[in-house]
Amino acid sequence: MIEWLTLLQILVAVVGGAIAVMLGLIGRRPSDLTMAFTGVVALLLIVQLGVAIASPIMGNEPSGSLLEFYIYLISAILIPFGAGFWALLDRSRWSTIILGVACLAVAVMLFRMSQIWFIQGA
Amino acid sequence: MTATRPPHANEHTRRSGLGRVLIAVYAVLALAALGRSFFQIATKFHDAPVAYALSAVAALIYVVATIALIAPGRTWMRVAWVTISIELAGVLIVGFLSIFLPVLFPHDTVWSVFGRGYLFLPLVMPILGLLWLRRSRSPLAVAGETR
Repeated sequence: MIEWLTLLQILVAVVGGAIAVMLGLIGRRPSDLTMAFTGVVALLLIVQLGVAIASPIMGNEPSGSLLEFYIYLISAILIPFGAGFWALLDRSRWSTIILGVACLAVAVMLFRMSQIWFIQGA
Repeated sequence: MTATRPPHANEHTRRSGLGRVLIAVYAVLALAALGRSFFQIATKFHDAPVAYALSAVAALIYVVATIALIAPGRTWMRVAWVTISIELAGVLIVGFLSIFLPVLFPHDTVWSVFGRGYLFLPLVMPILGLLWLRRSRSPLAVAGETR
């Protein structure tokens, strides 16, 4: 795991999540903006997967359990895709809130993942 | 959704509006609980078989509750009531015990300290869930059934 990349992604997820929840609360349907935030969060998670696979090979070992890390990562990847498909099928304001909740959930999971990688067992 | 409500109006309200957000959060919680309990059982089950078995049971209850909130019909509605009530009882009982008798729960479960490890969602969600189930029973549906 790369520290700055993870921080950047948590930032994107929190900002995107907060924007989507607010837009949903004022009654907006899923838009290009909220879908784009969710998409970027999902894309960065795929990048994280690549980084997670490559890191130990390059000597960047997790301080905690790699298995636990991967359970979080795989679960996290499912969330924005699930919310995104939901938003494509259900064009209501509630889908916008769900996009936001998904981004915020990913932010929490990324925080947990960074703990496992950098702090746990260190 | 059409302007005139179909006969099974309560089934539609259960999955409409705010209910969808509830279902989404439940799905995430179920996923998180499943993931954690899988890890606990796969790596350190013998440290605390009771606590980790409890985690697994809790995770399964979240999965069933999520499905019950989505699935139509009165039976699923009842399943949702039961599973969400069990969640609330579980988080309250385990929450209190883990604070006042920590000896009983030296290892983390989903419900320890009222679900602190999960942003207290395990405490908040069943309360919102029960409120939502109560609200989504339309007056017509209530008149037609005595539970």
